[in-house]
Amino acid sequence: MAPKKTIMKIYSSEITPEQTYYAQSQSRRQFFKTAGLVASGALLSACAPSTPSTVDPAPTAIKPEKPVTAGQTDELGDAITQYDAISNYNNFYEFTTDKQGVAQMSAGFVSSPWKVQVGGLVNNPKTFDIDDLRKIAPIERIYRMRCVEAWSMVIPWSGFTLSNLLKQVDPKSEAKYVRFETLLDSNRFPGQRDRSFPWPYTEGLRLDEAMHDLTLLATGIYGKPLLPQNGAPIRLVVPWKYGFKSIKSIVKIDLVAEQPTSLWMKSGPSEYGFYSNVNPEVSHPRWSQSSERRIGEMARRRTLLFNGYADQVASLYAGMDLRKNY
Amino acid sequence: MAALLPITHLLWDTWRGNLTVNPLQDWTFRTGDWALRLLVASLACTPIATIFGFKQASSVRRALGLYGFGYAVVHFFIFIGVDYRFAFDLIWDDLATKRYILVGLVALLIFMPLAITSTRAWMKRLGRQWKQLHKLTYIAVPLAVVHYIWLVKADLRDPLLYATIVAVLLLLRLPWVRTQISKLKYRRVFQKL
Ligand code: HEM
Repeated sequence: MAPKKTIMKIYSSEITPEQTYYAQSQSRRQFFKTAGLVASGALLSACAPSTPSTVDPAPTAIKPEKPVTAGQTDELGDAITQYDAISNYNNFYEFTTDKQGVAQMSAGFVSSPWKVQVGGLVNNPKTFDIDDLRKIAPIERIYRMRCVEAWSMVIPWSGFTLSNLLKQVDPKSEAKYVRFETLLDSNRFPGQRDRSFPWPYTEGLRLDEAMHDLTLLATGIYGKPLLPQNGAPIRLVVPWKYGFKSIKSIVKIDLVAEQPTSLWMKSGPSEYGFYSNVNPEVSHPRWSQSSERRIGEMARRRTLLFNGYADQVASLYAGMDLRKNY
Repeated sequence: MAALLPITHLLWDTWRGNLTVNPLQDWTFRTGDWALRLLVASLACTPIATIFGFKQASSVRRALGLYGFGYAVVHFFIFIGVDYRFAFDLIWDDLATKRYILVGLVALLIFMPLAITSTRAWMKRLGRQWKQLHKLTYIAVPLAVVHYIWLVKADLRDPLLYATIVAVLLLLRLPWVRTQISKLKYRRVFQKL
């Protein structure tokens, strides 16, 4: 079995100074490999002091204080992207199409109270309150995020696996796909006044993709609650697919029998397919998919099949023509 | 000379760390934008001179075109040299699969002989043919606009604005339009008499 890609939370006392970090990273990675999956309530309380006691699920400052997580790498040894970059360079058309403008536009976005309605073909439909979802034993995972626009970041998420949530609602046997929906509210999402997109943002996964251990529902980033620009209060993270699949600010999750049609499939069917797996072999009319710019680096990197997660997810697509099922 | 300001500004912003977290994209966008702006400005010179009688416009036409080309060359080298580090397999992959890259390259290639022959010596040597040759800008600038239209993901307003301006500037060159305009002008002169 492939080693679990889960990485233990680093306490602030353990933060490594920049200079020594490279020297240590080797042995640290070794440690992580053996640490395995860590998911315990104690870890959540460990980060409690860094957040105010009155629950503030989405800090609204554009540049919040430096978060506790620092000096970590993903399982390939890639350093995590600067928090400033993660919080100021975002694609979130519900606010604005300007990547640098999202942070400002989304400041003050109210994401509490918030409910996530989970239903469709399930035996136990349920509406979850965000506060309850936060109590699910949080895990922290460091994932590469590859945007279809040929840039990428390495992001430390916290949250829980989507499978964890889906098991609670008990999908019926007819359920073959999962459909996700973002909040529809043009007062809070001014970008939704732009009628050139079929709002609300919707996305979908095949049920086995949704149940995969890598598929995360994130409520935190960098050891802090999700910022509005990153999809507060809860978002999907599917690291082997292009970033737009990882739908933000989710209010509805439905189990369905038919393959859902996402917003991007509707607005550009020839460019955005249902699967949208990161694949350097399948080109896009605008952006290079064979290479990417890692934010914070000056030289391009070659893009990896399934964004480097092939050993864990390739089997999901055995026998499928990935050029046709793009 | 003022055409050197944007690149200075770009270098300044880079130096000061004022760019976004994706500086390669900033460089590509800003040099591309200025290439197009200067080329369009160059196309506007002749109509401005003939319609409004603002003769000075003609004298900067060549300079604007050349600077525009200069920005396009920098833009191109940022693409192949800085961004792709001359990884020709990747560049080839993009060229083969992205039509916007292809038209951009065609536009640049068309401008090349025009830039080379933009000196006075070449003007003399080519005589009448020089004018004919330089009419290729009427093809190359629209191709650059097409380059822009094809690379945009969602917001087409900017490239379409350029498309409109270029279309008007080219229409103004049609013989029929020109005679209409000069007729209008004469009428005004007669009315005043
Ligand atoms: C006369 C020649 C050219 C002109 C006037 C031109 C102009 C432009 C403009 C206006 C943009 C968009 C800037 C923005 O969105 O703000 C752009 C982007 C771009 N151009 Fe060009 N261009 C030219 C030639 C080329 C060539 C030859 C190449 C490469 C072989 C190229 C590659 C690119 C790339 C990669 C982008 C950025 C696309 C993206 O990241 O989405 N261009 N260009």
